[in-house]
Amino acid sequence: MAKSPRVLPGFEISLGYTLTVLTLLLVLPLVACLFKAATLTPAEFLGAVWTKRAVATYMLSFGASAVAALINVLIGLLLAWVLVRYDFYGRRFLDALIDLPFALPTAVAGLVYSALLVKNGWYGQFLVPLGIQGAYSRLGIVIVLVFVGLPFVVRTVQPVLESLEGEAEEAAAMLGASRWQTMWRVLFPALQPSLMTGFALSFARGLGEYGSVIFISGNMPFKTEIAPFLIVARLEQFAYAEATAIAIVLMGMSLASLALVNWLERRSRRYAS
Amino acid sequence: MHPSGVRTKKSAGGLVADEPLWLRVLLIGAAYAVIGLLILVPVAYVFVQAFAEGWQGYVKNLWHDPDTRHSIFLTLTVAPLAVLLNTVFGLAAAWTITRFKFPGRTLLVTLLDVPFAISPVVVGLMFVLLFGMQGYLGPSLRQMGIKVIFAWPGLLLATTFVTLPFVARELIPLMESLGSEEEVAAVSLGASPWQLFWRITLPNIKWGLVYGIIQCHARAIGEFGAVYVVSGRIAGETDTMPLRVEKLFQEYNNPGSFAVASLLTLMALVTLAGKYMLERYIAQQMAATRENTES
Repeated sequence: MAKSPRVLPGFEISLGYTLTVLTLLLVLPLVACLFKAATLTPAEFLGAVWTKRAVATYMLSFGASAVAALINVLIGLLLAWVLVRYDFYGRRFLDALIDLPFALPTAVAGLVYSALLVKNGWYGQFLVPLGIQGAYSRLGIVIVLVFVGLPFVVRTVQPVLESLEGEAEEAAAMLGASRWQTMWRVLFPALQPSLMTGFALSFARGLGEYGSVIFISGNMPFKTEIAPFLIVARLEQFAYAEATAIAIVLMGMSLASLALVNWLERRSRRYAS
Repeated sequence: MHPSGVRTKKSAGGLVADEPLWLRVLLIGAAYAVIGLLILVPVAYVFVQAFAEGWQGYVKNLWHDPDTRHSIFLTLTVAPLAVLLNTVFGLAAAWTITRFKFPGRTLLVTLLDVPFAISPVVVGLMFVLLFGMQGYLGPSLRQMGIKVIFAWPGLLLATTFVTLPFVARELIPLMESLGSEEEVAAVSLGASPWQLFWRITLPNIKWGLVYGIIQCHARAIGEFGAVYVVSGRIAGETDTMPLRVEKLFQEYNNPGSFAVASLLTLMALVTLAGKYMLERYIAQQMAATRENTES
């Protein structure tokens, strides 16, 4: 931060440009969204938002995103641990591949996974005989959401694990803690905030995800229909106000989850220090 | 420091890998299995399916279908344009936020993250509400002859919105850590704003900028939900590559769908390779400067 802030040029122009873009691109559409929702009476709003079909989509979007985010925490912790702590053949290769879900268009992910998981697909031929239906099922939704959110946990935990450097662990070990105790008492508390951030990012991403899910879910109302799909369905019936109402519920859910985690993170930081 | 040693374990105290060998092997094996099953096999499968009808079939699916050809052209126009807009925006936002103190600065930083919290489908919906035929601004714009929804300006708007934070988020921490001493010095020595940007700021942030652009571009190419809503999915007109993948999939044209998907996957792999090389290059540069300052 500059001590004497206005020595550097370009404050007015860069601030002005930033604000103009944000207003036109971000604030204006958000306001339009609220305006549209305000054209509904409270009863109409509830009628759009609280139908059986809509509630089923929230439950599914919420549940599938939460399960996928939880799986991502476990997988992400494993991957971050292995990549930071061990030196082994192919480590850099694995490390680079972790980012693929960020780089790969989600439509491709949905296409590939639905083809892999159908009865005669590479994975489906083993799973379907066991009764595990990956394609056109809720399980399929969880699987693609795991794929899409995979890098979040790894990339938030990795730098923290790197910065720990093992001194606290050594100290714990010297004081007679078992490996297991060190894990739970020393490592886990230090990693907890980053794990939660990773969970929240993965969860919020899952709530809004559309591209990959529509390929694999089959989009059956009450069964495998996610909230974003219902918004699109309402839009295609030109029911703009209803679509907007559901969109506001969805936005509220993801903003609330991000805010909750922000709060938890701050609280656990305070305990840690 | 040896060139490959950027991320080797800190050996002080010989710490860390004190798990028994069997556990280490198990964990590393599990990591390989997860990455293999979740990432490697799917990527391989894309190409296996795309080339199921051989090279000729592949070329036929990709190039002899005018709608597919148009989608490639459209994606390769809209995505770079969105990246360009966001690069300018990212530079302006990062400059404002890291170089000046002003009321509302924290709010501005928070606003930058909003696109990450909104479902792409909702983004599309918001633009339809504004610019659609029943929208707030749509009819009057239409009278002026400007079509946004179901046309390329809508695609560009939606893509720009979704990828808005990428460059700024990359630049803000970087510029914050660099500090502004060099820039203040340049100004007090009489540098013009233009010189300041090209001679001081840009050389300092160039790799972070490239990194942000790479990520922004990858996301812009793959954007689906927002574009799905605003485009109207008109074949040969507003279908981008990811939308084309979906349409061919719905038409049970698997080879065609996978052919387009393979091209997108190839772009993703190039993105990853670019990122990887950039990271190594930056790490080597940092190691080199550290060596210089140490000796």
